[in-house]
Amino acid sequence: MIGTFSKVGALCAVVALSACTNPNSLGGGFGGAGSGAGTDVNAGIVPGSANDPTSPAYFQQTVGDRVLFVVDQSTLTDEGRAVLAGQATWLQTNTDYVAVIEGHADEQGTREYNLALGARRANAVREYLVSQGVDGNRLKTLSYGKERPAEICSAEACYSLNRRAVTIISAGLTS
Amino acid sequence: MKKLIATLMLGLVGLTATAPVVHAQSGPLRIEITDGVIEPLPYAVPNFVAENSGAGQLAQDIARVVAADLSGTGLFREIPSDAFISNITNFSAPVQFADWKAINAQALISGAVSVESNGTVSVKFRVYDVFAGTELGNGLRFSGTQDGWRRMAHKVADAVYSRITGESGYFDSRVVYVSETGPKDDRKKRLAIMDYDGANLKFLTDSSSIVLAPRFSPNGDRVLYTSYETGFPQVFVLDVGSVQRRVLEQQAGGMSFAPRFSPDGQDVVFSFTEGGNTDIYRMNIASGQRTRLTSAPSIETAPSFSPDGSKIVFESDRSGQQQLYVMSASGGNATRISFGQGRYGTPVWSPRGDLIAFTKQNKGRFHIGVMRVDGSEERLLTASFLDEGPTWAPNGRVIMFTRETQGANGSSSLYSVDVSGRNLKPVRTQGGGSDPSWSPLQQ
Repeated sequence: MIGTFSKVGALCAVVALSACTNPNSLGGGFGGAGSGAGTDVNAGIVPGSANDPTSPAYFQQTVGDRVLFVVDQSTLTDEGRAVLAGQATWLQTNTDYVAVIEGHADEQGTREYNLALGARRANAVREYLVSQGVDGNRLKTLSYGKERPAEICSAEACYSLNRRAVTIISAGLTS
Repeated sequence: MKKLIATLMLGLVGLTATAPVVHAQSGPLRIEITDGVIEPLPYAVPNFVAENSGAGQLAQDIARVVAADLSGTGLFREIPSDAFISNITNFSAPVQFADWKAINAQALISGAVSVESNGTVSVKFRVYDVFAGTELGNGLRFSGTQDGWRRMAHKVADAVYSRITGESGYFDSRVVYVSETGPKDDRKKRLAIMDYDGANLKFLTDSSSIVLAPRFSPNGDRVLYTSYETGFPQVFVLDVGSVQRRVLEQQAGGMSFAPRFSPDGQDVVFSFTEGGNTDIYRMNIASGQRTRLTSAPSIETAPSFSPDGSKIVFESDRSGQQQLYVMSASGGNATRISFGQGRYGTPVWSPRGDLIAFTKQNKGRFHIGVMRVDGSEERLLTASFLDEGPTWAPNGRVIMFTRETQGANGSSSLYSVDVSGRNLKPVRTQGGGSDPSWSPLQQ
């Protein structure tokens, strides 16, 4: 692993001599690309930590574990699709993991309807991941309705973060 | 004076005797509940007479519970005892009507309590129409165990309420609800059961998994609810007496919620979600046989039977927004009944069959409201940041619901309101509460 990362760092260092005038050209890679300091950070990753691209923590923090929804909608936004494309890639790379997709609603709705709405949102995520090639048998869905808000204020700033579907990664049942 | 004392032997614990049939009398002492009462009827309930040495405390306590029941309706106003000119020290002695007229007590309730050597408590009472100078109905006597003294008090109050209003009462009833503690993003929920007035609280589950929306069976012996105990929301049925519970059905890959009993207690209607789509199903509890009642790509949930079991009211967003619909109890075509502004959910058919209570969401506010079963004559009874989930008192005259306050420290509590929109008040619970379900009158 460390060797691989060193090569990436070296490659970028070479590129940097010619084409890395735009510091963002390799953005979204392994972080800190294009500098010697980045190579050092990558070399020191702890397996299973958020720096380990095969870890659930990396999935949560770097790939992005959640997508947000418009009021009373379960249609994916463009931003949501981009996040889910990353989730699909990760899931296809890390085949030892399964996922539960949890759908949520903000508090501005009745309890039963919000349960059904959260289920719709979770299912929208599941269908998108399947359309990107993820095996549907690895994906379960459930809804918490408005029972487990991420943010607790009673304002749109919180509601917009509570209308979400979160993909929770765990080790596969067979492993 | 041929005043009969009808005796009602109440079973040791279950209080199993049939309820008295009291024919309301016509006369001046009468409240028409439908009118909505602006000026509550003044009444006096002196401490009941202790007929032997062990009955002193109970004689006081029972009179206090009777008064709390009656005054709590908002239909009656108790005259405080320090205004009394005379008192009642002998249950059989003639009543000095002039003394009660002078303090404007329109109704007078007298009672007596005795404790037998075997521990049985007997409570008898009479109701007087003070200004007519007559007794209203006959005296009644209830017997039971000492532990059941509050129920005997509620039965007295139910009888008084019934004689004066002509309606059956609702005091000898219970409420099952979700007890809530902790912050909004980590709320602990457990099923709890209590008397309608908050006494005799008992927890039915622990707080290890989320529980939602318990619903009493038609005779109060079982409770349906939704629990995340298996990791996924599923409908459970719980026996109130033994507190034994079981999942209603094991359906892999789906979630079930929003259950309610049929009026005969044999079937359950509920929502089942599969592939993101929520529809309504009906299941026979004994056989486990299930029938799909709706089949639409929209959300169909919150089903509730009409009291005769022939129809189901439910909510659906098939029009693009939550609205109320009525269909046959065997499924088929549904008729939309809500047409006002905003969204309508959680419909519940009144036990009288005449009204449907619902939650309405409009312009950022929530309301509890009622409408006729064809959707006409909509009336909103409450308004707040978040009111939802109405349940009917057994006589169909009072509605209990959940009110949640706004903000990061917001919390849920139970409220009740008359069907007239009057007498809005919190229901006493220990800690927070949500999703109440009101039992039928106990037998």
